Amino acid sequence: MTLTAREIAEITRLLEDSNFDELRLEIDGLKLHLKRGNAASTEPLPGASAAFTPADTPSPERTPAPKSPAVDRDVQDIVAPMLGTFYRAPRPGEPPFVEHGSPVEADTIIGIIEVMKLMNTVRAGLRGTVVEILARDGALVEYGEPLLRVRRGNEP
Amino acid sequence: MTLHRILIANRGEIAIRIIRTCRKLGLETVLAASDADRDSMPARLADRTICIGAARPGDSYLKVETIVQAALGARADAIHPGYGFLSERPELARLCEEHGLVFIGPTAAQIEAVADKVQARNAAEAAGIPVLPGASVDSVDAALVMARRIGSPVLVKAVGGGGGRGMKRIERLAELPQAIALAAAEAGAAFGDARVYLERFVTGGRHVEVQILGDGAGRVIHLGERDCSIQRRYQKLVEEAPAPGLTEDSRRQLHEAAVRFAERLHYRGAGTVEFLVDEQQAFYFLEMNARIQVEHPVTEAVTGVDLVAEQFAIAGGEGLRLAQGEIEQQGCAIECRVNAEDPARDFLPSPGLVTEARWPAGPGIRVDTHIATGSRVPPYYDSLLAKIIAHGLDRPTASQRMRAAIAATRVSGVATNLRFLDAVLGEPSFRAGAVDTGFVARLLARDTVRTTKGAADA
Repeated sequence: MTLTAREIAEITRLLEDSNFDELRLEIDGLKLHLKRGNAASTEPLPGASAAFTPADTPSPERTPAPKSPAVDRDVQDIVAPMLGTFYRAPRPGEPPFVEHGSPVEADTIIGIIEVMKLMNTVRAGLRGTVVEILARDGALVEYGEPLLRVRRGNEP
Repeated sequence: MTLHRILIANRGEIAIRIIRTCRKLGLETVLAASDADRDSMPARLADRTICIGAARPGDSYLKVETIVQAALGARADAIHPGYGFLSERPELARLCEEHGLVFIGPTAAQIEAVADKVQARNAAEAAGIPVLPGASVDSVDAALVMARRIGSPVLVKAVGGGGGRGMKRIERLAELPQAIALAAAEAGAAFGDARVYLERFVTGGRHVEVQILGDGAGRVIHLGERDCSIQRRYQKLVEEAPAPGLTEDSRRQLHEAAVRFAERLHYRGAGTVEFLVDEQQAFYFLEMNARIQVEHPVTEAVTGVDLVAEQFAIAGGEGLRLAQGEIEQQGCAIECRVNAEDPARDFLPSPGLVTEARWPAGPGIRVDTHIATGSRVPPYYDSLLAKIIAHGLDRPTASQRMRAAIAATRVSGVATNLRFLDAVLGEPSFRAGAVDTGFVARLLARDTVRTTKGAADA
């Protein structure tokens, strides 16, 4: 069973004209789920005891998150590909791989993550300019933790 | 060494189980969680959560170096591995030893001694504990000779195995070459060890295991036994303590054998010695599990001992705080494993969003779970949603409480085996305590026949 675009539009109009916020339709294995844009989800939300955090809004005290969210679409965070100790320089006392304002290419090394004496190089993965250093030298970084922020392109 | 901060290298209900005891003992908890578990219930309950890698176990929960690095980075002084994942990997125990971290479990050497099932069998024989006829085989020809000597049916098992993986039962010798190839492939993939051995399969046998605690210096006590015969494809579904229908003499002999086996290893921590008990109540050593087990709550219910707290005490150097004479058992406890799987579709795992979860409560009821309304069941891990444990002064009371608890449980959004569990408890043979490892297969075969017949009649 399939529905044409016109039929779906018609069902949508029915929902819009009704007093309901949400419609779930199941016909012969076909499932249609419509929801008003401003309606709160009717997926039951956990009670106070559960205090569940939805997957797309990690609570800041538990999951590493950028200090201020990178809202600018040209600005991107480079995140840790693994858990380990983050080093900004190849050896202690040497200058860091990159600094604020450094231009980077996709294969530019931006740091090292050590996992039990194994040194793993981290590359920028994109072309641009470093606009912020987020992870501290020598700190434990988690998988997915933002290390630094890069503005795409070459203009700072 | 006094423990302060524990890194929990696990997920799901066991992570919460460990956190609960840590809180009681005033221990700080750091949860090592995969990307898929960042917002799980254990992640919210732990004092701190560290993301160790991507969702797939091979990228996170199974990475020995990453786990140790996380523990060192978080300044934890011990790692609790829970069950599964790295709990019985000597590499983790060894790396902990090398870095001054306490591994909550046995020594690396003890894990190795029981991980090799053939070596463990030999150790049991040396301790005067009966084993089933069998031996390791390195070729199909040798296997055929051995199988003829053992007599069918025969079980092909993985030397490095456990948890029922790599196990194949064969009825006729002609099936043997293929079964060996399959078991070896499965074992190689799951344990990195493709060696297999043969053992006589005992029809009508029961799976009975003894919980032990060892101080690592040669002193071992037992906390009674559990019957885990209700299994589907070697995966346990319903467990109970004490084992029904055993004579006091058999029970005592089982306990003594388990203690003797662990004593010879100078076993440290919590462990379980598994036996097969045949219809004449003769018993045979199967293997030893060097970890806390899924079904440990039934033992806790009847003995009143917090096994995880004892694990911490032993690991922290307090040794065994209980003498054998102090272990008393009261009543009967039954555990049901509620899994996200669909009995109507051959128990196919059913991951997804749990839109409603309501767990039972009441006298004698305990629920160990990480699932609440709104929880996600990721597709990367096992399908265990909860363990419901019912305790009562006798077996009928425990059983009755369990059925009422199952009836009061509501899980929507994912398929569950709840109705199947209730069917198991309602079976006359279960009620009579006449269980054996063929129970579930017989129940399923009978019900399939009935449904097929019903459909034909309709």
